[in-house]
Amino acid sequence: MSAGKNLQLCEVRELTPFSLAGLIQHCTERLNAGDRLLTLFGRPAETGDGIVVTAVLQPVAGDLTILRAQALAGEHFPSLTATHPAAQIYERELWEQTGLRPDGHPWLKPVRFEGERQQHMADYPFFQVRGPEVHEVGVGPIHAGVIEPGHFRFMCLGETVHHLEIQLGYQHRGVEALLLRRPPMALTPVIESICGDSCIAYAWGYCAAVEALSDSAVGMETDLLRGVALEMERIAIHVATLGGLATDIAFLQGGGTYGRLRTAIINAVQRVCGNRFGRGWLRPGRARGLTQAQRDDLTRTLTAFVRDFDEVNELMCSSRSVKARFQGTGVVSTQSARELGLLGLAARASGVAIDARSDLPCVAYQRFPVELLTESGGDCWARMKLRMREVSVSVRWLLKLLDDDTLELGAARSTPDLTGKPLQPSMLCLSVIEGARGPVVQALETSPGGQILHYKVQDPSLPNWFGLAMAVRDNAISDFPICNKSFDLSYCGNDL
Amino acid sequence: MIKSISVRRSQASQYIPDLRGADPVGFRGKPVISTTACGTGCSACVAACPSNAIALDPVRIDLGRCVMCGDCEPACPSAKLSFSNDFRLASTNRDALTVSATHPDIDPVKVSAALRKRFGRSLKLRSVSAGGCNGCEMEINAWGNVNFDIGRYGIDMVASPRHADGLVLSGPISRNMVSALQTCWDAIPEPKLVIAVGACAISGGVFADCSETDRRFLETFRPALYVPGCPAHPLTFIAGIMDLLGIS
Repeated sequence: MSAGKNLQLCEVRELTPFSLAGLIQHCTERLNAGDRLLTLFGRPAETGDGIVVTAVLQPVAGDLTILRAQALAGEHFPSLTATHPAAQIYERELWEQTGLRPDGHPWLKPVRFEGERQQHMADYPFFQVRGPEVHEVGVGPIHAGVIEPGHFRFMCLGETVHHLEIQLGYQHRGVEALLLRRPPMALTPVIESICGDSCIAYAWGYCAAVEALSDSAVGMETDLLRGVALEMERIAIHVATLGGLATDIAFLQGGGTYGRLRTAIINAVQRVCGNRFGRGWLRPGRARGLTQAQRDDLTRTLTAFVRDFDEVNELMCSSRSVKARFQGTGVVSTQSARELGLLGLAARASGVAIDARSDLPCVAYQRFPVELLTESGGDCWARMKLRMREVSVSVRWLLKLLDDDTLELGAARSTPDLTGKPLQPSMLCLSVIEGARGPVVQALETSPGGQILHYKVQDPSLPNWFGLAMAVRDNAISDFPICNKSFDLSYCGNDL
Repeated sequence: MIKSISVRRSQASQYIPDLRGADPVGFRGKPVISTTACGTGCSACVAACPSNAIALDPVRIDLGRCVMCGDCEPACPSAKLSFSNDFRLASTNRDALTVSATHPDIDPVKVSAALRKRFGRSLKLRSVSAGGCNGCEMEINAWGNVNFDIGRYGIDMVASPRHADGLVLSGPISRNMVSALQTCWDAIPEPKLVIAVGACAISGGVFADCSETDRRFLETFRPALYVPGCPAHPLTFIAGIMDLLGIS
């Protein structure tokens, strides 16, 4: 069993069953005490037409708390959102997926138009801003660039955005239902397709969960290899975003250089695992090992990368045109970031010091801790700078590991064959992996027969989209593209 | 200014001169099926495949479905399956995307005289992601980066469908995108073509059985080019489109 703090495994019968009202009250008390709501979701009960609700709270320090409630079909409950806005998206999703209704929720709208609501995208109840000078600008779902679809509705006064409403769901493919249809140990190719630029973060969380559920320990070298994979993925995503930011302000030298630097990283990933996005690197029970030649190859690639990366960062950060566009644009204050429950990089760029690699470290990050970085500005500039700094930290972390001759990073000598290995019955396993955007949360519950009864997937983009909406308030509409790129959130991870 | 020159010097020249002759080291591309006999009644590869790409008697793999995960390779007790880094997998014909021991390669894409005449020197494409996971979308973006640089052949991605000669489709076509996809297609002036990029667009990929997808668009508008992969490697598209347009 992994001793990682990013995993929480418990027997379902050990969870005290609350009433729905009791669970909400308990959540409120914990949130008032400073806990953060990590997730809140529901599923149909095995028998009858009730709903089983799960809430997970993360205290300032210590282990995650899992709360359970049995709710009646269609039951109402007092919305947490009125006092704790961070709950807004989880309550919306709970309502959309199960029909449980949060009374007093200020913006109870579909998250992704699933189930019966599919193909009713035109019915979205947008906010209305009234006034003779107010005009609306609708963008999407198809955008100018090569990017996933989503609809943005701006309510503007002149050039100034008063409010942005983001309508998602166009990418909904029914991932959570699909994950119940294949053997539990054979899900990785599907998991890798949930959010295709974050294959490693998703695959690691899944692998760790099914390994815990089948009581199959993996060795330290497997955990470290997964860490190597994840940090390579983080570098690739951050550098892609930096390239996008440069391109969006027509800083072409940045666009060109970040583009080729990313190519070097993802081609190195391909040389290890066969795929530029890391597909195939991780599987339950194992991770592709590094031969000495591959280890040297990665070291050479990263050493060459970081030299040129620092150089182009210096150019980018000293350019007055870059500063003029990014500094003071798209500000999310620390207080807003906290209240909205922003996660990952978007939170850290607003001064909120949270990172699952530090707060809930798995074995690899316990042995080799990563520096927790924050920026205080909360603007596009802060998000850009933080990406640069996080890449540098990842490179240092990787080079340290790769250079440590005492570490075994080859293929593990014995990897358990988990194909067909049964899962422990009636268990709930929660895994948290800090991907490039923030924590990817996965919750797997097994049935009394050892099948996966429910598979909850949660991308950090889910709450962070609201952060983008707040960031553009009182900004010029022409600055939306750089605000959007500075967050660089996932559409498919949100839409599932 | 000095910094800018310094970055420019480090950047040097990054483009791949001969794209069709490139060697993507390590790439898990085309499945290679050996002539080794299968064990009696064995269907381990079929069970391991997440996208129903494998058929038996004889073993053949449909690259329109294959996500190149490689999970069939260790599953096969006869070591019959492996993968090469061959990226020349595109085809103009959906039925020609299948490889087997006796038909190990995808037939080369033949030049279309009509397409060459119309689009051989300039092809503007509009991308639509309809449930794509951002893997294919990032690779489509890479077509135009400093390494692959397909702009040198007059092939570009454009913002407006009004400016486009064709639509690049990625993703399995989520039901929630059906209407927007059709609107975009209708806005592209004739003559126009569809290019299906990635296993999801070609067959639904791992999402083929999801009721949340609706693939009727492709029943009406048959792609001019199928580009397999998960995600489709930029070189797979580039080699396919260069062959189709007769670009030397």
